[in-house]
Amino acid sequence: MRALLLFCLLPLSAWAAVIRVENGKTIRQAIEMAQPGDSILIAKGIYREGNLTIKKPLTLAGIDYPVLDGENKYEILTVTGPDVTITGLKFINTGTANIEDIAAIKALDVMHLRVIRNKFENAFFGIYFANSNNSWVQENTLIGESKSDNQAGNGIHMWKCDHMTIEKNEIRGHRDGIYFEFVTKSRVADNFSHENQRYGLHFMFSHDDEYESNIFRNNGAGIAVMYSNGVKMKGNRFEENSGNSSYGLLLKEIADSRIIDNIFRNNSIGIYMEGCSRGEFIHNTFTGNGWALRVQASCDANTFTRNGFFSNSFDVATNGSISLNDIHHNYWDKYEGYDLNKDGVGDIPFRPVSLYGMVVEKMPISIVLWRSILVLLLDRTEKILPAVTPENLVDKTPLMKFDKTKSDLITKTP
Amino acid sequence: MIRVGKHIVQDLMRNRFILAYTGLLLVLSVSMFSLDSDPGKATLSLLNLVLLVVPLVSIIFTTIYFFNSYEFIELLLSQPINRKVVFFSEVVALSAALGMAFMIGVGLPLLILNPGGATGYMILAGLLLTWVFVSLAFVAALSTRDKAKGIGLTLLFWFYFELIYDGFLLYIIYAFSDYPLEKVTLALTALNPVDLARILILLKLDISALMGYTGAFYQNFFGSSQGVLVVGVLLILWAVAPVLLAWRKFSRKDI
Amino acid sequence: MITVRGLYKKFGKLEALSNLYLDFEKGKSYAVIGPNGSGKTTLIKSILGLVIPDEGQLQCEGTSILNHWHYREKIGYMPQFATFPNHLKVGQLMEMMKDLRPGHYVLDEELIQAYQLADISNKRFYTLSGGTRQKVSAALAFLFSPPILILDEPTAGLDPYAVEILKSKIQNERTSEKLFMITSHIMSELEELTSEVAYLDSGKLRYAGSIEDLKSSTRESRLGKAIVAMLQRQPEKTTV
Repeated sequence: MRALLLFCLLPLSAWAAVIRVENGKTIRQAIEMAQPGDSILIAKGIYREGNLTIKKPLTLAGIDYPVLDGENKYEILTVTGPDVTITGLKFINTGTANIEDIAAIKALDVMHLRVIRNKFENAFFGIYFANSNNSWVQENTLIGESKSDNQAGNGIHMWKCDHMTIEKNEIRGHRDGIYFEFVTKSRVADNFSHENQRYGLHFMFSHDDEYESNIFRNNGAGIAVMYSNGVKMKGNRFEENSGNSSYGLLLKEIADSRIIDNIFRNNSIGIYMEGCSRGEFIHNTFTGNGWALRVQASCDANTFTRNGFFSNSFDVATNGSISLNDIHHNYWDKYEGYDLNKDGVGDIPFRPVSLYGMVVEKMPISIVLWRSILVLLLDRTEKILPAVTPENLVDKTPLMKFDKTKSDLITKTP
Repeated sequence: MIRVGKHIVQDLMRNRFILAYTGLLLVLSVSMFSLDSDPGKATLSLLNLVLLVVPLVSIIFTTIYFFNSYEFIELLLSQPINRKVVFFSEVVALSAALGMAFMIGVGLPLLILNPGGATGYMILAGLLLTWVFVSLAFVAALSTRDKAKGIGLTLLFWFYFELIYDGFLLYIIYAFSDYPLEKVTLALTALNPVDLARILILLKLDISALMGYTGAFYQNFFGSSQGVLVVGVLLILWAVAPVLLAWRKFSRKDI
Repeated sequence: MITVRGLYKKFGKLEALSNLYLDFEKGKSYAVIGPNGSGKTTLIKSILGLVIPDEGQLQCEGTSILNHWHYREKIGYMPQFATFPNHLKVGQLMEMMKDLRPGHYVLDEELIQAYQLADISNKRFYTLSGGTRQKVSAALAFLFSPPILILDEPTAGLDPYAVEILKSKIQNERTSEKLFMITSHIMSELEELTSEVAYLDSGKLRYAGSIEDLKSSTRESRLGKAIVAMLQRQPEKTTV
């Protein structure tokens, strides 16, 4: 009986020892000493130990956020073994390089890596995964401080991974907040990616991923996602991405994807689409954008339904004269039709592309005349006698009311 | 100046028109916000009120009032009162009365019903436009002795700044669309007070579109508070310069 | 008191005043006469600064009046057509005029009383007849006891009773301290009220001098006839 009890406790006591790093001891020694499965408890303090490499299953836990300082020279932590947990640490001042991707935490060929509740300041790359799977990045705070584009790396960077979970992180001041290349079947939720120099979220060749309830705000160029299939984006907020070539959401060659319940607010362009097919855009809210939707003629078989368009300067723009997409049952605040049979659907179609929108398309500087009486008259005339705007880009069943239940955040800011 | 101005303001107040104008603006702006559930739409209706109706009423009323108060001006000028005082009292009194009408009719309800957003710029634009068109009215009224001609001239001014000039500007943009015209275009809008006021409101209402893909120049201009300052100063110049021109005419005018 | 030197004024192609020289002296009363459109009103308006002359000098008590306005404190003016802001009440106008002339004046309300203007002080001007407005205008001209009175056809439109009141007022005010300048088409009236005459025709001065001299030189006893005789005698010559 005693023996059995002892046997049960073994994994905890004998096999999984707790090693404390305090009073001038180094983390390096602790990692060397540790057996697979051990925990290393790091006391508050500043640790300048160059690069540390973890090759075996370990838990690194900090007490009151001990600081691991890379002294602007080193990659701080390199993980090459499976089942590692890193939590409660503060990483600062990694080195920077033009050829090498120096990161605060770099994971190479791992699985089951957990990076939870850490802080990163002035890291070149924050958390970097390559060729890994089934890992978690949760509740971390990453604050980059570099001023110019080429001095910044990405906040959370993943290359060739699958089944990753990235949740509740805050990323700011990096080049791209979250960067995916060849990352599949992963989940990105509840993150707050803002004020990054280039994109808040940037991915390509990353199929079947889910993005839910994230906030992307005021990133240099917004969000750009390319060459991916089966993307699902639900309940995210794309906000305040304004500037010369800035997009709430840029979609390039995205197929078979679902964009649902998102809010696009105060972006120069809400969604920009190029070469996208068979996408479903349902119940999104577009408010205060310069252009809510810019659909290039290369897009086909996309469906836009039950979306709400409010106070956008222009609702839809396109560069072609025909549209192969299906637009129906959306709410347009510019709609001036009526609903005599009270079925909630307007009796006359709505043309979301305005004549002057097309003029601005051709001559961007003519935006200075926007909302002048001249432009008002031009648009009115075109509405009565359509001659220039694409004939089949039309919502034949515009909604009279928008169901805001799932997007009551139209004007609110968290 | 104050004494003379006081009597002109009293005379203006005896004229029911100012009261009616205030009431009209009040009814329009309140109904826009209470009938339309969507404040964005109401803002756009209000934009047209500010850019179209306010200038029209300001310029026509001022011209008619000036012609109608010819006797009053003659009476004042035969008294020991400086011509300059009479003229500028007229300008200030009319600007004050119409500005007050706008503030009560549009400014106040807007501040109460829809604070924030483009409201501040809308009020600023409306007030400055009122003054600009009062100022232009004096030029029109002093360009001819004939009341009908004077009113015709004011309508021409209004039409020119509301529509004709923008058509001309659009043509320039179209004709020279191969050239980088940002600065030229922006400079040309400075020659039209209605465009300036409109841009002032656009800075708030359509900032996302203004900053979208039209080049770094617009972004720099519109993205800073400097843009607002420049537009504001230009509008003030538009209010002052015609008055000075009108004064030159008035100082040499035979009553 | 008022000197006019080489005054020119053109309205378009029309020469309203042409090389006009005139002196108006304190203590005298001048009749300014001439056919319609001869420049009488233009001369008066020039003196008041309402019309800006093209050329020439205008002085009041030795100083130029161009771009000045203080000298108008000394002038009471009754225009040819008495027009007032329509919505103003008579009483309000009186109060306003007093308010617009700060300083110490001997208020002369004799005509206000004689015309019983206090009774209509609550009436607005658009309800008043032309004659009544003329009465208000006359009362206003005398209100501040000015040393110079310029009356442009003062009796036109007044009823005979009111005319008599105005005439006797003018007679009473003709002292050595005051200067009167009166235009009218009624010669008999001018004979009563004035001692000097200036005759304008097409903007040019045809005669200036005392009525007595004119009468004796033409051997006519009536002013009207004397002028006709003068015009026949020197059809083209201009006197200075």
